Amino acid sequence: MAKARTFQDLILTLQNYWAAQGCLILQPYDDQMGAGTFHPATTLRALGPHAWKAAYVQPSRRPSDGRYGENPNRLQHYYQYQVILKPAPENVQELYLGSIRAIGLDPDLHDIRFVEDDWESPTLGAAGLGWEVWCDGMEITQFTYFQQVGGFDCDPVCAEITYGLERLAMYVQDVEFVYDLKFNEQFRYGEVFHQAEREFSAYNFERADTEILFQHFKDAEKQCRALLTGKKLALPAYDQCIKASHAFNLLDARGVISVTERAAYIGRVRALAQACCEAWLETDMGAYKPRFADKGVG
Amino acid sequence: MPDLLLELFSEEIPARMQAGAARDLERLMVGELTDRGYLFEGAKAFAGPRRLTLAIAGLPAKQSDVREELKGPKTDAPQAALDGFLKKTGLTKDQLKVEKTPKGDVYLAVIERKGRETPHVLAEVIPEVMAKLPWPKSMRWKPGLPVRWVRPLHSILATFDGELVPFSFAGVSSGLHTRGHRFLSEGKIEAKRFDDYAQKLKAAYVVLEAEERAAIIFEGVKQAAFVHQLEMIPDEGLLAEVSGLAEWPVVYIGAIPVEFMDVPAEILQTSMRTHQKYFSLREPQTSNNKPGKMANRFGLVANMIAKDGGKEIVAGNERVLRARLSDAKFFWDEDRKHSLESRVEKLKGIVFHAKLGTQYERVQRIEKLAGEIAAKIGADVEKAKRAAKLAKADLTTGVVGEFPELQGVMGRYYALHDKEDASVADAVRDHYRPVGPNDAVPTDKVAIAVALADKLDALTGFFAAGEKPTGSGDPFALRRAALGVIRILLENKLRFPLKVSDDVLSFFADRLKVALKEKGVRHDLIDAVFSIGHEDDLVRLVAKVEALQAFLKTDDGANLLAGYKRAANILKVEEKKDGKTFGGSVTEKLLSEPAEKTLLAALDQAKEAIAVALEKEDFAAAMQQMAALRGPVDAFFDAVKVNADDKQVRENRLNLLASLRATLRQVADFSRIEG
Repeated sequence: MAKARTFQDLILTLQNYWAAQGCLILQPYDDQMGAGTFHPATTLRALGPHAWKAAYVQPSRRPSDGRYGENPNRLQHYYQYQVILKPAPENVQELYLGSIRAIGLDPDLHDIRFVEDDWESPTLGAAGLGWEVWCDGMEITQFTYFQQVGGFDCDPVCAEITYGLERLAMYVQDVEFVYDLKFNEQFRYGEVFHQAEREFSAYNFERADTEILFQHFKDAEKQCRALLTGKKLALPAYDQCIKASHAFNLLDARGVISVTERAAYIGRVRALAQACCEAWLETDMGAYKPRFADKGVG
Repeated sequence: MPDLLLELFSEEIPARMQAGAARDLERLMVGELTDRGYLFEGAKAFAGPRRLTLAIAGLPAKQSDVREELKGPKTDAPQAALDGFLKKTGLTKDQLKVEKTPKGDVYLAVIERKGRETPHVLAEVIPEVMAKLPWPKSMRWKPGLPVRWVRPLHSILATFDGELVPFSFAGVSSGLHTRGHRFLSEGKIEAKRFDDYAQKLKAAYVVLEAEERAAIIFEGVKQAAFVHQLEMIPDEGLLAEVSGLAEWPVVYIGAIPVEFMDVPAEILQTSMRTHQKYFSLREPQTSNNKPGKMANRFGLVANMIAKDGGKEIVAGNERVLRARLSDAKFFWDEDRKHSLESRVEKLKGIVFHAKLGTQYERVQRIEKLAGEIAAKIGADVEKAKRAAKLAKADLTTGVVGEFPELQGVMGRYYALHDKEDASVADAVRDHYRPVGPNDAVPTDKVAIAVALADKLDALTGFFAAGEKPTGSGDPFALRRAALGVIRILLENKLRFPLKVSDDVLSFFADRLKVALKEKGVRHDLIDAVFSIGHEDDLVRLVAKVEALQAFLKTDDGANLLAGYKRAANILKVEEKKDGKTFGGSVTEKLLSEPAEKTLLAALDQAKEAIAVALEKEDFAAAMQQMAALRGPVDAFFDAVKVNADDKQVRENRLNLLASLRATLRQVADFSRIEG
């Protein structure tokens, strides 16, 4: 298999590969979030008894990783490719290695290893066991067997595969500076994102109005709680949880949250996530007795 | 005799858990088989990235017959007791025997179990052991099944005497097959006996034994370094870890670009070690025994024989390292733009512990304490205070944020960059020492003052906050801190009263016992000396204990101890009888026997002389004085009846014994001495 020549080739190759494995190819979630795991297609669908197979690109925002476009590989906005397989297929490692071959990394020429790295998201109340996958000493993928999400045990257990697309593309394209990546044959990654990295770094670290953000956090928390009282609306409530989490990340980047407060804020987001997961488990799709079971869903 | 071969094949097992899992598997299996009456020739367990293997040699084909006798209730016990016993033994009443005992007749159950065929026993025991195997962290993966393993389990190979042992665990049935290296081998491998198994695995690029993998890596890095006229910087921990990351380790050498070589060696090494698991290399030792300079090459261990001879692998690793080191160099360059002094203020933002305030407050306490200690031990007070003030400032630097284990080391670099005094800079680094049992203690007095202040502040602070270590937990490493203080004082022979609360002091005494145990110092003697009073000078305490231990090894010492015990026993009994403690002065007039007169004279002389010797800290002399008491004490017990009929004479003699007790107590509480 030839190496994926461009950034978008890489994405297209992964899309085709996982589509061929029977995954739903979903689109990015339209809320700002720190990682592909926050997409309801992972957080919520990881729970409950139904089979689920999905893959998607998720733009991910990590405000404190902004470096004003000057660091060779740190970005406050980057792309994750996320695969979620429930239940985890017995040959999931082989399936994953197939995707590595598909993008042109030949395991006969490289040193590919599974190195212990358990995953935990204190904000989602989620945890799993797994590895970071190394290719010649570089972490190219996070591989996790979910054990818990929102404080609820996952049964069946699902496998989550998360590729850091820029990093992987840099490796495949043999590029040391992320902005030099070929996005396609005509455009470089820097032409698409460099200005944004500069501006958003300034926004994240200097300009974001912290009073407004604190208010956003409170509003989102309040709305989330309200949506979970009375007749519960799990999905809209979870959107609010995502928004609260992002507001917190921005406040953290602005340096206005002290060490002790930090834990408390994380706890508040986690409480929302747990409540949303609980509500999801009460819905028809999340519940143990699906309404559409006889039509082949689940 | 037949052998057992067991292999548990799973997805990648964390390197840090492999050795422990192999030990546990062996221990549990051996335990279960021994409990079932088995004897065998030998057991050996192996662990690697994807498998745990256990080979038991010389296991009998059949379990031995077991005859067990169980005592039951008395024959006149209530029916319920008998019913319970019958239920427990699975027998009927007429199968029980009756045994006569001094307490009456009791039922006796004789249970005879025929030994079972070993494969049946194994098929029962192995899944039980697997379920019990204590992984530090394990996971569920089978839908609907609560079973756990470290990562998904794929196959089980189990044979006894070359035949399959059939059982299943977590829905995986045992079989005769395994797999080789993930990339260098294909398909299933059948194996029925250990030798065949090990051989076939080697042919399939799997080195079964961790020690062998470690040796391959060690020799490989050494040889490859040698080619470049370099040597490897030994790193046991890293070696053990990488041995758990490759089934077929292959060593390659990569290069570090020169532009990184003026970054401190510790940063390069730490970055390579923690992020990349590379071995650092250095130039050979120079003639004056100084370790050679860090080299611009590194050793990496892959799990792959690549088709291109490793060109891509080395190039890839070098590229990753460049990115890593760029990050590290960026932090190193940024950090030096701000002085350590200017960073002290930032410590206000770092909470040390909820009850003990911020690192800033802690530094203020350490600064004050270090100044006081410096004055007592003859260190430069101003330098000690300066070093204490700067000691924690590197916690706010980028490098330490990235590599917490470089705290102190980086502080020293930044202090030198700021043109701080060299002994201040060294103290900033060394105040954490000793960081482990093999680490040297600081020897420079400025560093000693700060190191003691740092540890004593932690100990007194956490004790006051009610955060004492418990049997199972010591989250703030207070045992290590106390041991650090003990080692610093003893190894530097520093006379320094600890001046801490009683609970901290007794914590020190406990640590001291542990610390001195290896040197063969008796813990009961430490107790004996420690308990007579508030001894908080550890050097003096240890000197006294050592003198006492030497004394007790002599004939005089052993006999005096025996005499003391006899006296103490008599006193204990009589004091209880009279309901009072003896200790009054001895009336010379009431003494009639020569032996008791001699003892009184000897005690009067010794009491005074011991006090003088202790005052001068001449413990050998104090022991000699005690040795001189042995004859009179022995003679006293030979000739004198303590419990005389005359009440006054009796009390006087008891007072004489109490005087012996008090005299010896000047040195130690002899009642705490064992033997």
